[in-house]
Amino acid sequence: MKVPFEKLDKAFENRLRLQIMSVLMVNDRYDFNSLKELLDTTDGNLASHLKGLEKEEYIMVHKTFLGRKPNTTYEATDKGKTAFKQHLDALEKLIKQQKSG
Amino acid sequence: MEEKEIKDELASIRSLMERSSKFISLSGLSGILAGIYALIGAVAAYYLITTNTSRVYPYHGYYSFDHLFNSLVGQLLIIAIVVFVASVGTGIILTNRKAKIKEQAIWGSTSKALLFNMATPLIAGGLLMFIFLVHGYYGIVGPSSLVFYGLALVGAGNFTFTMVKYLGLCEIAIGLIAACLPGYGLLFWAIGFGLLHIIYGSMMYFKYDR
Repeated sequence: MKVPFEKLDKAFENRLRLQIMSVLMVNDRYDFNSLKELLDTTDGNLASHLKGLEKEEYIMVHKTFLGRKPNTTYEATDKGKTAFKQHLDALEKLIKQQKSG
Repeated sequence: MEEKEIKDELASIRSLMERSSKFISLSGLSGILAGIYALIGAVAAYYLITTNTSRVYPYHGYYSFDHLFNSLVGQLLIIAIVVFVASVGTGIILTNRKAKIKEQAIWGSTSKALLFNMATPLIAGGLLMFIFLVHGYYGIVGPSSLVFYGLALVGAGNFTFTMVKYLGLCEIAIGLIAACLPGYGLLFWAIGFGLLHIIYGSMMYFKYDR
C-alpha cells in the first residue's frame, strides 16, 4: 500500500493553519478578530500561525485603519489556494487507499 | 494518520467553511410564525375591506397624509406594519436563541452581509411603494411588496441557507402573477407572505432546527 504522505503539505501539518486556510478559501477577506472568535484561539497562537502562512506566501496581509483602530485582514493567495486543494486531495486519497487496502 | 482522524479533519474544515461564510442560525420556527402572523393580518384586512362602507375610490392625485392615514388604506397599512414588526421581532429573538446554540455570533461578518443584502431592496422597494401610495396607486403595493421581498431573499440566499434563495424566487413569481390579476392582491399577499413562509419555515425546521 503506497500512501502519498509526501503530497501532504508540511505547512498544513498544524490544525489551526488548515482551519485558517479553510476560512480564507470561502471568504475574500477575513479580519484578525473574527478569525480569533471563530477559531476560538489566543492572539499569540493565531498571530504566529498567520505569520507562518504568510512566510509560505499562502496568504496576503492587508493593514488598514477603521477610524483610528488598526484593522488587519487576510486574503488567500493563488499559491495558497492551490496548495490547500492539493492537500485536501491528498487527504481524500489517503482515505480511499486505507479503505481499499 | 488514522482514517477517522482524517475524516474528522475534513468534517471540521467543511463546518468552518460554512460557519465562516454563511449565517446558519436563521430559525425555521420564526418563518412558520411569520407566516401565521401574515395570515391573521390578511384575515383582518379582508374583514376591514368587506365591512368598510366608505369605498376607496381610485384617485390618481395627491392625498394629504391626514386623509391617507384615516382612510381604509391607512388602516391596512397599520396592519401591514404590525405584521412586519411582529415577524421581525420573533425572527430576532428565535435567531438569537439558535445562534447561541450554534455558537455563532449573531452580529458577525456573515449576519452583517446578510442584513445589508436584504435591506437594500427592502428599503428601496418600501420607499417606492410609499411614494406610489401617496399618489393613490394602491394596486401596485401588493404585487411589488412581494417582488421586492423576493429580490431581498435572493440576495440574502448567498449568505445563508440556499433554500432562502428559492423562497425568494417563489415570492417574485407570485408577485408577478398578482400584478397580472388586479383585484386579487390580498389573496396573493396571503399566499406569498403567509402560506410560503409556513411551508418554508416547516422545511427549515425539520431539516436544520432539530
